[in-house]
Amino acid sequence: MTGTSPATGSARLQRLLALVPYVVSRKAVGLAETAAAFGISERELVDDLNLLWCVELRAPDPYCPIDLSYEGGEIVVSQAEQMDRPLRLAVDEASALLVALRMLAEVGAGGDALSRTIAKLEAAAGEAGVPSAQVAVQVDKIAQQAVLTQLQDALARARLVHLSYYVPGRDETTERDVDPMRLLVVEGRTYLEGWCRLAEAVRLFRLDRVLGLQVRDEPASVPAEAEPKDVDQGLYRPAPEDLQVEIELAPLGRWVAEYYPCETITELGDGWLRVKLRTPDSRWVRRLALRLGENGRVVAPADLAAQVRDDAGAALAQYD
Amino acid sequence: MSRRKTERLLGLVVCLLSSERYLTAVQIRAAVPGYPESFEAFKRMFERDKEELRELGIPLETGSNSAFDEEPGYRIPRQAYVLPEIRLEPDEAAVLSLAARVWRQAELAGAAAGALLKLRAAGVDAEETPQPGIEPRLTAEAAFGPLWEAVRDRRPVTFAYRAPGRSEPQQRRLDPWGVVNRHGRWYVAGHDADRDALRVFRLSRIEGPVRFTGPAGSVTVPEDTDVRETVREMDTQPPAQRTALLRVRAGAGHGLRRHAASVRPDGDGWDLVETRYSDAGWYAEYLASFGRAVIAVQPTDLREAVITQLKGALA
Repeated sequence: MTGTSPATGSARLQRLLALVPYVVSRKAVGLAETAAAFGISERELVDDLNLLWCVELRAPDPYCPIDLSYEGGEIVVSQAEQMDRPLRLAVDEASALLVALRMLAEVGAGGDALSRTIAKLEAAAGEAGVPSAQVAVQVDKIAQQAVLTQLQDALARARLVHLSYYVPGRDETTERDVDPMRLLVVEGRTYLEGWCRLAEAVRLFRLDRVLGLQVRDEPASVPAEAEPKDVDQGLYRPAPEDLQVEIELAPLGRWVAEYYPCETITELGDGWLRVKLRTPDSRWVRRLALRLGENGRVVAPADLAAQVRDDAGAALAQYD
Repeated sequence: MSRRKTERLLGLVVCLLSSERYLTAVQIRAAVPGYPESFEAFKRMFERDKEELRELGIPLETGSNSAFDEEPGYRIPRQAYVLPEIRLEPDEAAVLSLAARVWRQAELAGAAAGALLKLRAAGVDAEETPQPGIEPRLTAEAAFGPLWEAVRDRRPVTFAYRAPGRSEPQQRRLDPWGVVNRHGRWYVAGHDADRDALRVFRLSRIEGPVRFTGPAGSVTVPEDTDVRETVREMDTQPPAQRTALLRVRAGAGHGLRRHAASVRPDGDGWDLVETRYSDAGWYAEYLASFGRAVIAVQPTDLREAVITQLKGALA
């Protein structure tokens, strides 16, 4: 949202109310810098400034409450009347920041600056900050805080790391060298994003699945083509070449549709669902099908369905 | 909103902020340009303008300067309008811009951006530059928006909810007390009007719209309510007190070995692994997912449950 110019008029009014104090608190400030801070073009900014300058009150005597100039690309407000301070935070605004700050505290990011920021923001928000206590975000505590500390160190010094990493979908432990890019907390879990030299691609590694970690002396070298994943669109985005799988789920198997991104979800009646999803690795589906038991069945592709039956048969035979 | 309306509202704000005294509608019309000639049309427009300012969180007060005034007047007390002084050190400002990015595209992203704008206007230099460290993100579900509003404004709600294992959604009525994100999933906790008890609902299981069923302020949250604690209690697994004895193929079952109490070789490429668990049903599903790499040896009920599970997958 930040960085995009608000389309609605009330957003513009909010911007206008913030613009005067923004300049006043900085004495003088450049057009380009201000436009960037407000996420608008310089043209839109000049239009805003002209509008502010044109505000006129007629009674008891006509006067212009706001006087400003932007000659030479520098904005100066010489008269701001009572507009020199920003409007206080609305409940939603205070809550958005306070909930996020408290979440950062859960993660263990930000250190001592965090508690100071929370205290100052709570003080500034006043009453508007109170309802934020009714929204809380809890993040899984990382069992190995040491892993997090080591990774932060590797990132700060731009060093290659070696991971022993558990892949549950295949029930395998893999060894890989990773050039760290950033640490993310998404959907309550902490991840390392990095260039995996084994896969030759950007990968996300869940910290609770890191079994071993060494920070190497070798400098990290993230290739130029390595693009950070857009995690806001979901953590796992299937590729078109991935295998498409169709599964039918009983009421007790519906959790699958909540946990994994499905391309389609169809209600079949009596609480049954049919979902279509894509995966790069059919082994993951075979494990899922065994876990579901009678609460799910793979419908397509047919050979995968047959494989699941073979897996179940082979496992059952061991109990004879 | 048209440019003319923006200008008019801006004028209205400046006018009411600058006046110590309550101004009547007539005085406001005389001072702020842009209102129509006809008094009726003016009144209607002025009513809508007041509403818009209040929606923006502008404290528009109604009152009169003396007991003899018949017409009500309006003003915006500066004290209630301005954001109190806030000064942030550079490291605090960095934390703040990190926090503002948490919501990204989720429900409160616009609100976070709006807050950052006001704080910048107060002189805070919160740069947008990404910094090394941790980047937390929050995603929200469709029901989050209305439920947050309900919690914020203390309004009761109703929604269709599909409980796990149920074939049809049921209509539920709730006095919402709080919204909690736990392990990346959103929950709402509150008083269930039909069950007359404390209940926790998962937002992803709400189907269709969330509707308000009462006015703002009609929900009372009991004192000392800790919504985090409420959700935690509903969600917490009983401690893993039971012991399972498993045969696990060498080189497989890493997920089990990680949390094993003991591992010892059992010959022929198998290991004997001892683990702890709490719920046999859940654990049997998990063990079955390892296929032929794992055999549940003991206890018998767990062993039987795994067999049932595998038979289910075979069917």
